[in-house]
Amino acid sequence: MTNIGVILTLIVIFGGLLWLLVRSISGREVDRRIIFLFIFVSVAAPIIFQITFKERATPVVEALFANIDGLPAGSKVLISFDFDPAMAPEVQPMANAMSRHCLEKGHKIVFMSLWATGQSLMTTTLSRVILPEFPEKVNGVDYVNVGYKAGNEGVLNVIVSDFKKMFPTDVNGVPLDSTQLFRDIRSCADLDLIIALGGGRPGPKEWVLFVGDPADVPVGVGVAAVVAPQLYPYFPQQIVGILGGVKGAAEYEQLLIATHDRFVDMETPGIDMMGPQTLAHVVIMAFIVIGNIAFFRSRSKGGSK
Amino acid sequence: MKRQIPLLITFFVGTLLIISVFVPPLGDLERDFTLFFDIIAVFAFFLGGGNLLRIHLMKLANRRKDWGFSAVTVSGFLFMLAIGLFKVGNPGGIAEAVDAEGSWFKVMFDNVINPLQSTMYSLLAFFVASASYRAFRAKNREATMLLIAAFIILLGRTPLGVMLTGWIPEWMSVAQIPNLAVWIMNSPNLAGQRAIMIGISLGVIATSLRLILGVERSYLGGDSD
Repeated sequence: MTNIGVILTLIVIFGGLLWLLVRSISGREVDRRIIFLFIFVSVAAPIIFQITFKERATPVVEALFANIDGLPAGSKVLISFDFDPAMAPEVQPMANAMSRHCLEKGHKIVFMSLWATGQSLMTTTLSRVILPEFPEKVNGVDYVNVGYKAGNEGVLNVIVSDFKKMFPTDVNGVPLDSTQLFRDIRSCADLDLIIALGGGRPGPKEWVLFVGDPADVPVGVGVAAVVAPQLYPYFPQQIVGILGGVKGAAEYEQLLIATHDRFVDMETPGIDMMGPQTLAHVVIMAFIVIGNIAFFRSRSKGGSK
Repeated sequence: MKRQIPLLITFFVGTLLIISVFVPPLGDLERDFTLFFDIIAVFAFFLGGGNLLRIHLMKLANRRKDWGFSAVTVSGFLFMLAIGLFKVGNPGGIAEAVDAEGSWFKVMFDNVINPLQSTMYSLLAFFVASASYRAFRAKNREATMLLIAAFIILLGRTPLGVMLTGWIPEWMSVAQIPNLAVWIMNSPNLAGQRAIMIGISLGVIATSLRLILGVERSYLGGDSD
């Protein structure tokens, strides 16, 4: 079924692109709706026919993976969900994969959010990944969800020296002082790694500026693809690794599957989404080529007049 | 006087916070001022919510054009406010987190906010495709370089890059498209981003000094004099 689907998809898309090329060369305009239809087919077909590709991790992803993998069991990792549903398709798979990785390695996780929408997305990760896949992990001992706090960079400015001043309780109102995990955590300086997930403001950049550097804690980031280029100046000194977009999530999932037998059958939304992304990229590149052919043809015609 | 007092407060607080960075005993001031800011910012929520209600209720009362959208906005706002504040439909009651699994708040988030926001963002793909056909032209040397870089990044962000150039031997691995994409991000992109960041930082410092010294007064509203 998959093979037939791939063949059908390729015939439809490349046949259509060829038709567009001929149309453009003959100087006829291509309606915007036809372009939209192409994108729809190139995204929908890989989802319907489950077209996926094997990923090879890039150094920036490998660096973050190695950092989490190399921490000794019991290390304290903070994961901040600073994103909204618009970014969730790209960033939530990273959150799920890194949460799995941390818990599998025996790390303790503090979940928090600087975005109001992040708290509900955090609940999704907790209830659909951690609770069913790691029933042995105990809330308050292996992980704590402190929820969302308004104040943007202001929150970071406080927790860098006193965590409980900003978050006296967890999301359910349990005092952090009463949790085993927070016995040794006074401020962010007591953490071993911070993973900032997001892409807006406040986001990974603010975590580096307000917490990572002042408290000397390594920061790893997972961001929407459009934001990733802005974070390269911080890598590798201030940011230990970058996961950019669906591709970053897919690479991380691939590494997790390759190195941990437990995760062979796990859900891989990142890898699954690479099919639509690949075909969409091919279609966009084809549009650029066709658009330029039409442009040069019209220019040469104009020049010959 | 109406202008001098805010200017004096700005000067005093700005100078104090700069000094606190260099004088360790004053280090806690920054944290305390941040908390003051958070407390003041809470009132912005009331103002924002109140303003939203006022505008849409007036539109509803006067039956102005598209008043139906205002009805949806007001009812959605009040509904989410009620189930969020009073935790209506929360299986764990008032003590549980507002977005506990199974709560009305979480159901609304998962089934309304989540798909709506994701849909809005994903529409970008359609507009990018349309723009790539109509606007992304190799009109000059700079545009051509941008086009080539975009091609490499687009290919490098998919497994196609590996498929097309994976055969290149290891000693020439820099020519593999995924590695070329990494090089573009790590070198030309990094240089450009750093230049932008340094420029922005210098601008922020200059603007902050202008505010503290009272040269920039537009935040007071009205005429700057």
